[in-house]
Amino acid sequence: MTWSRKILRVNLTTGVIAPEPLKMDWAQKYLGQRGLASRYLCEEVDPQVDALSPENKLIMANGPLTGTMAATGGRYAVVTKSPLTGAIACSNSGGFIGAELRNAGWDMVIFEGRSDKPVYLHIEDDKAELLDAADLWGTSVWATDEAIRQRHQDPRLRIAAVGRSAEQGCLYSAIVNDLHRAAGRSGVGTVMASKNLKAVAVRGSLGVSGLKDPQRFMKEVAIQKQVLAENAVTGQGLPTYGTQVLMNVINEMGAMPTRNASQVQFESAHSISGEAMHEPRESDGKPNLTRNAGCFGCTIACGRISTVDQTHFSIKNKPEYWGNTGGLEYEAAWSMGSDTAIDDLDAVTYANAICNEDGIDPISFGATLAAAMEMFEAGDLTLEDTGGIELRFGSAEALVKTVELTARGVGFGKELGLGSRRLCEKYGRPELSMTVKSQEFPAYDPRGIQGMGLTYATSNRGACHLRSYTVSSEVLGVPEKTDPLVTDGKPELVMAFQDATAAVDSSGLCVFTTFAWTLDNIAPQIDAACEGDWSVERLVETGERIWNMERRFNLAAGLTAVDDTLPKRLLTEPAQTGPAKGMVARLGDMLPQYYEIRGWSEDGVPTDETCSRLGLS
Amino acid sequence: MQKSLNIDPDKCTGCRQCEMACSFEKEGVFNPSRSRIQVFEFHHEGRFVPYTCTQCSEAWCMKACPVDAIRTDGGLGAKLVNDDLCVGCKVCTIACPFGTINYVPDTGKVAKCDLCDGAPKCVEACPTDAITFIDAAATGMDRMRKWAATNNPASAQNA
Repeated sequence: MTWSRKILRVNLTTGVIAPEPLKMDWAQKYLGQRGLASRYLCEEVDPQVDALSPENKLIMANGPLTGTMAATGGRYAVVTKSPLTGAIACSNSGGFIGAELRNAGWDMVIFEGRSDKPVYLHIEDDKAELLDAADLWGTSVWATDEAIRQRHQDPRLRIAAVGRSAEQGCLYSAIVNDLHRAAGRSGVGTVMASKNLKAVAVRGSLGVSGLKDPQRFMKEVAIQKQVLAENAVTGQGLPTYGTQVLMNVINEMGAMPTRNASQVQFESAHSISGEAMHEPRESDGKPNLTRNAGCFGCTIACGRISTVDQTHFSIKNKPEYWGNTGGLEYEAAWSMGSDTAIDDLDAVTYANAICNEDGIDPISFGATLAAAMEMFEAGDLTLEDTGGIELRFGSAEALVKTVELTARGVGFGKELGLGSRRLCEKYGRPELSMTVKSQEFPAYDPRGIQGMGLTYATSNRGACHLRSYTVSSEVLGVPEKTDPLVTDGKPELVMAFQDATAAVDSSGLCVFTTFAWTLDNIAPQIDAACEGDWSVERLVETGERIWNMERRFNLAAGLTAVDDTLPKRLLTEPAQTGPAKGMVARLGDMLPQYYEIRGWSEDGVPTDETCSRLGLS
Repeated sequence: MQKSLNIDPDKCTGCRQCEMACSFEKEGVFNPSRSRIQVFEFHHEGRFVPYTCTQCSEAWCMKACPVDAIRTDGGLGAKLVNDDLCVGCKVCTIACPFGTINYVPDTGKVAKCDLCDGAPKCVEACPTDAITFIDAAATGMDRMRKWAATNNPASAQNA
């Protein structure tokens, strides 16, 4: 153990729900969550299928430490083929539903086919049933959560749902759980809605037991919790400011994509920063931030609980938004703030709440809006196209209107729901899309943090910071400081981060622990809990195996080395200000070396030797 | 010195480490629904509140028990359930105004916080000191200090 060793397979076409044993030989090779669910997806889904067809599958998966007392042991992942990128998608989320699913005795739920009418899955320990969701269709995540709660009269129910955006086909719809947490990226929510699956509601009372060595596990957990508590980032920075601790830092180093990445510093970054969230506002003397919050088992507690100013134009006449809600994290504050040049903290906080309410990825939404704003200012998009909205950089009104439209999948929101690659192509300006493999890149400009350029270009789920967060090393000096402006050594750094992260993402733990932990801190916890000897070396190899497996899925789906690139703007337009002034993203200096150390051909294909070394048939 | 659990909801982040520590100690399983301490979330208010037995001196549960299965641990002041005597009649669960003693269908007995023999696991597990185990006669000391400080701004800086 500590896998529960049980999978729930739900065929939405036939309505048949059946348990089956977890393939333990795969668990020993792919650990859990991201790795193990991807193994199942690669086995069962043709990489060439239309992501929104019944032939695609959607897997919700826990790691072996999900639901245990290991700090941050509450993560779950959603794995499927992405409709946004056409690549493999793995979006992971905290909150409580992963642990609840584990408490109900399940490592994984595999959804296949498509229901002919809206349904939701209700799980109560080993009992699972599909229930009618006709009355929930067309409602938001929050309304769905409340309605399901009313119906079952069970206060301990944990619910994940998709909103109206997903139903309307927005390509970056999220699956939102526990109201404010999300499997956010790559449109996993869009796939869920395409299957007519509105929600998953879980209640687990069985608990997690059967650890390999419970006493050693408890000892390790206590030691590693202490490491998190004593670290400046996980012990102080994240609890106090959340991920927003980065806003001023990244801006000062000139790595803050601004105005659709046409600039690298935002003059008003402070107004939307973590520090600003602590400042009392004029109207009621309260700060934006009410308090921090932890996901299941998390002793870091970077989560934000915030309010929008009741006198702000976005909610003045909407008392339903006057209470506390999930507050801004750095990526959302960047995408809907800096990238759109909006300095209005309340507008961005409100927009973030709307993203949660109807399940859209704020990174993709904000970056798509920024591209639309640039096209509007250049005259490529007209008032007629936008339905009368003046889409200008800096307009909080435009943000508030468009986020509502996109979240609900109506009007110009339908267009924004295409994502920036498709939108920019449609209006004749493909070069203005800040995407890799059709996914919008997040809040770090590779011109100022070179390793992030290679990170975005090679990420298996399209542009993403979380596949190899070299910001840790290049900015924060964790585990060791590297120069953000040089490319030497970055292929090795990126590869090491990619492999380690793939292992962490497969364990049930949160990648934010790695500000304080290395695999040296993580391996003993996995080893004390799980069958098999889990050393650091084995975790690295497991991560590498997962990375190559994902890569092979993408190659089979039709992606090639040509897709391992960055938007032209980053490669050719130098940063105009800040420490990286005059620099472009020097991807070409890193990519060939990266392929080589990966054991891939010059075309980015894993060689037979590499596959055989990793046991990939 | 008798000690009490002291709960400060302002410090609670809702992480449930306490629930896992409790269920692991008492049931050998990580299972929040089997924990004697429970964290309640009031999300509109942005507030998390851990709650468990306060070990009443004249405990309703103890007085209501028809078979005298609940007794006081002398030194700790904890009210302990004797499983050998408990018949699972649930009268105590009705009597307790706070809901902190509950029936466990698996065992046919009731379960409640027993202060872990003087070393409560929830306290050890809590990462923010939202749950502490302190002098039972001085659980209000922090709040007294806080209010005292509001009387004299100068002393607030030294508090």
